[in-house]
Amino acid sequence: MDFSANLLSILIWLPIFGGFALLAIGDDGDAASSKAGIMRLIALATSMLVLLISVGLYRDFDSTTASMQFVERISWVTAIDAWYYLGVDGISAPLILLTTFITPLVVIAGWDTIKSRPAQYFAAFLILEGLMIGVFCALDGLLFYVFWEFMLVPMFLIIGAWGGDRRIYATIKFFLYTFLGSVLMLVAFIYLYVQTGSYDLAGWMDAPLGMTTQKLIFIAFLLAFAVKVPMWPVHTWLPDAHVEAPTGGSVILAAIMLKMGGYGFIRLSLPIVPDGSEYFASLMIALSLIAVVYIGFVALMQTDMKKLIAYSSIAHMGFVTLGFFLLWKIDGDSGAALGMSGGMVQMVSHGLISGALFLCVGVLYDRVHSRQIADYGGVANTMPTFSALFVLFAMANAGLPGTSGFVGEFMVIIASFKANFWFAFFAATIMVLGAAYTLWMVKRVIYGDIANDDVAELSDLNRREFIVLGVLAISVLLVGLWPAPLIDMMNATIDQLVERVGLSKL
Amino acid sequence: MNLTDLLAAAPEMTLLGLICVVLVADLFVEEERRVITFWLTMVSLAITAWAVFETAPVGRVLIFDGSYVSDALSQVLKIGVIAAVAVTFLYSRDYLRANDLHKGEFYLLGLFGVLGMMVMISANSLLTMYMGMETLALSLYALVAIDRTNVTSAESAMKYFVLGAIASGCLLYGISWIYGATGTIEFHQLADRIASDPSVNNLALWFGLAFLLVGIAFKFGAVPFHMWVPDVYQGARSPVTLYLGSAPKIAALALTLRILVDGFGGLYGVWSDMVMVVAVLSLVLGNLIAIVQSNIKRMLAYSTIGHVGFILLSIFTGTEQGYAAALFYTLTYVISAVGAFGMIILLSRRGYEAENLSDFKGLNARSPWFAIIMMFMMFSMAGIPPFIGFFGKLNSIDAVLTEGYTGLAILMVLASVVGAYYYLRVIWYMYFEEPADQAVLLTSTDTRLVMSLNGVAVLALGLLPGWLWTLCLQVLHGH
Repeated sequence: MDFSANLLSILIWLPIFGGFALLAIGDDGDAASSKAGIMRLIALATSMLVLLISVGLYRDFDSTTASMQFVERISWVTAIDAWYYLGVDGISAPLILLTTFITPLVVIAGWDTIKSRPAQYFAAFLILEGLMIGVFCALDGLLFYVFWEFMLVPMFLIIGAWGGDRRIYATIKFFLYTFLGSVLMLVAFIYLYVQTGSYDLAGWMDAPLGMTTQKLIFIAFLLAFAVKVPMWPVHTWLPDAHVEAPTGGSVILAAIMLKMGGYGFIRLSLPIVPDGSEYFASLMIALSLIAVVYIGFVALMQTDMKKLIAYSSIAHMGFVTLGFFLLWKIDGDSGAALGMSGGMVQMVSHGLISGALFLCVGVLYDRVHSRQIADYGGVANTMPTFSALFVLFAMANAGLPGTSGFVGEFMVIIASFKANFWFAFFAATIMVLGAAYTLWMVKRVIYGDIANDDVAELSDLNRREFIVLGVLAISVLLVGLWPAPLIDMMNATIDQLVERVGLSKL
Repeated sequence: MNLTDLLAAAPEMTLLGLICVVLVADLFVEEERRVITFWLTMVSLAITAWAVFETAPVGRVLIFDGSYVSDALSQVLKIGVIAAVAVTFLYSRDYLRANDLHKGEFYLLGLFGVLGMMVMISANSLLTMYMGMETLALSLYALVAIDRTNVTSAESAMKYFVLGAIASGCLLYGISWIYGATGTIEFHQLADRIASDPSVNNLALWFGLAFLLVGIAFKFGAVPFHMWVPDVYQGARSPVTLYLGSAPKIAALALTLRILVDGFGGLYGVWSDMVMVVAVLSLVLGNLIAIVQSNIKRMLAYSTIGHVGFILLSIFTGTEQGYAAALFYTLTYVISAVGAFGMIILLSRRGYEAENLSDFKGLNARSPWFAIIMMFMMFSMAGIPPFIGFFGKLNSIDAVLTEGYTGLAILMVLASVVGAYYYLRVIWYMYFEEPADQAVLLTSTDTRLVMSLNGVAVLALGLLPGWLWTLCLQVLHGH
C-alpha cells in the first residue's frame, strides 16, 4: 500500500486513535486481568505499527533537498487562515524517528510494572506519541501550538497518576512552568499573525521584522524553549518531574520532550528572528556554558540516581543550545553548520542515552524500590548482564568514543574551538565532569562488595528488560560508530538554514 | 403596529403564550407526575427555538416604533439562550426530583427568565432593555430562593435582591440622565444624535453613561461589582447556579453590545477606558481569588469573573473583530460552564451537595467517562488547546493585539496561567486521589447522553472552530 501522501497524518493520528480506543475499552483497574493483557497488546501493536510506518519515512526521505517533504496541506480554520499543514525536513525527520523508536520501548518497559489502570497509562503514552510527532511535523504556527500545548496534558496525567510520593507537586510544577513559558510564545505567534495575516511558518520566516520586534519575539520564544530544554536558570522543574515520574514518563520526558526546546530554537527562533538571535547569541552561549559547568557540579552532588541523570540531561542539553548559537561566533558557514549538526546529533544521542539510563534506574527501582545511590553497591555481583549494559550507557553519557555520546559532543567542541578558545575550554569540561558524576555513580552502585540484603537478592534482567536495553545499546553503538546516515539526513537542511540565518532581516 | 411588527416579535409572543399554557397545565399535574411539566417546558423551548428560526429576518428589522430590533445577532443569541436553558433543565431534573424540589415553579420561573433574556437581546431602547432585564432578574431572585427552608439559599437570594435592586436603580438613574441629555432612549437615535450634534457630547451624557456601565458590570459580575457572584453561586441550589451561570451571560453580552456599540459607539473614547479598568480588575482578581477557594461553586464563580475580564477586554478593542471575539468567547464559555456545573449536579444526590472540590476526589475511579468529560471542561476553561476555550482566548488576544495592546495581551495570557492552576486542581482531585465516596453515580440515560454530547462538543468545536468564528464575524458585521 502507498501511504506516502498521508504518511505524516497516519503517524500522528494512528497512535492518538489507538490511545482513545484504549480509553474507550478501558480495563477493570486490575493489571492482572485478561482485559488488561489485551490492552497492553493493543498498545504494543499500535506503537510497533507506527514504528514500521516511520521506517517508510526513513526509506523515502530525500536527504539531498532542504525543502519540505511529505507535505500535506488542508484548510483548517479558514477565517484566520490557519492550515492543517504538515511536512518534514532534515531537522524534524530524525526527531520523528527517535519518537517512534522510543515509544514502543516505553510500552514494553511498562509491561508489568504498571499495576493500576494500565489501559489509561498506555493510552496516555500513545496519545503523547501522536502529539509529539505532530509538533515535529507542523508547519503552521497555530497547529504547532495546539500540539505543543496539548502535549502537556498526557504528561501531566502520567506524572500525577503513576508517579512517586511527591508526584502532585512535581506535576503541577511541570505543567505551570511549561505553560507559563509557552503562553508568551502564543502572544508572539498572534503578533506574527497580525503582522503577516497568516500562521504559515514559512511566511513568518520571510516576513521583515524590525530589531526591537525581533528582540521581543526572541525573548518570548526563549521563555518557551528554554523552559523545555531546559536551560539554566529555568531548569528547576525538571529534576522534580523526573524524580517523581514513572520510568516511562521519565524516558519520554528526557528522550523526546526536552528535544522540543532545541527543535523550537532551530525551527522557529533562528530563522524567524535571525537578528534577534544574533543579538542574544552571547547570552545564549553563556547560559549554555553555565548549564554545562555549573549543572555538572550540581549533578556530582546528587544522592538520588534519577536526579543525577536529570541534572546530567540539563548539562548535555546545554551542548545542544551551545551548538546552535555558535553560528555568529564562527567565520565561514561550514563551522556554523558543524556546530548545528553537532547540536542535532547530540539531541538524538541524548535521547537514546538518557532514555536508557532512566530505564536502567527503573530496573533497579522495580526490584528495590529505592533510587538512592546509598542503597546500592555491588550490583555487578548479582546482576552481571544489567551491569554490563548500565556501564555501557554510563560510558556513553560520559562521551566515550565509539558511543553516540561522543559524536555530538565532539562536533560541538570542535565548532567552539573555531569560535573561541574559552568556549571550547568550558564546553570540554563536560568530558571531565560528565565522566566524574556518571562513573562515580556507577562505581558506587555497580562495583564494590554487596552492600545489603536487598542487593544480594537481586535477580538479573528478565527477557523483556533485556530486549529494551539491548536494543538501546545497539542503537547507541550504531550511532557512535557510524553516524554518517544520521548526519547525511540533516546536512542539506542545515546548510540551507545556516545560509538563511546568516541573512539579516533588517 | 402592523403585521411585520408582530412577526419580528413572534418568538417572544409565542413563548409568552406557551408559558401561560404551562402555568395552567402545571396546576392540574399531580405531584408525582411533575415530569409532565418538564416535558411541556422542553416542548415550549423547542417551539420557541423553531419560531426564532422561522422569523429570521433579512438584515435588520426595527419594530414597535424603533424600540425593538430583530437581526442576525439577536437570532444567534436567542438560540444560544434557549439551548443553554434547555440543557440546564435537563441536567436539573433528576436532582430536583431527588431533593423534593421538583416543582413547576422552577421551570416556569426559568421560562420567564428566558423571556426576559430574549427581550433584552432584542431591545433597541433603554426602557425595553430595562424591562427585559427586570423580568430576568425577578425570576432569578425567586429561583435562588426556591428552596425556601434552606437558610443559605434565602440569605443569598436576599443579598442578590438587594444588590440587584441597587444596580437596577443605577441603570434607571443613568437612563434618565441620558434621556435628559439627548431627548431619546432608542439606540439608533442615540447614535444619530451623538454623531450629528457635538453639543450632546457633554458631561451630563457621560455621567449617565457611567451609571449604565455600573449596571452592565453588575449584570456581568465584573469587578468591582462582583460581590454578589460568589455568594449567590454558592448559596443557590446547584441547578439554580447552573441556570444563573450560563444563559444570563449571553443576555449580559447582548446588553453590553446593544448599549455600548449600537447606542454609544460614537462615544467609544469615553467608555473604552472604563471598560478596560473593569475588565483588567476582573481578569486579575477573579483568577487570583479563585485559587484559594475550596468550594467548587465558589471557585467557578471567581473563574467566571476572570472570564468576564476576557469578554470585556474583547469589547474594549472597539472593533468588529473584538465584538465577534466577545460573542465567540461568551458562547463557548457557556458550553463549558453548562458542562462543569452540570457535573456538580450529577455528583450530588439526595441530601448531599457535591459542592466541595474534595467531592471530586477519585472521580476517575468511580466513572472514567464523566471524569474525562469534566477534564475536557476544565481544560477548555483553562484555555488549553485543542479545546474550544482555547480558541475563545485566541480570538480575544488576537483582537487585542490587532489594536496594538501588547501589554494587555501579555496580562491576558498570564492570567490564564494563574487560572490553569485551579482548573488543574480539579483534575488532580479526579485523577490523582483515591475516591472518598464510593456511591454509584445514578444518572438517567438522557442526561448521560446530553452530558456526553456536551463533552464531545467542547473537543469537536475546538478541533473545528472555523464555522462558529465565521458565524460570529458575520453576525457582528456592521455593528
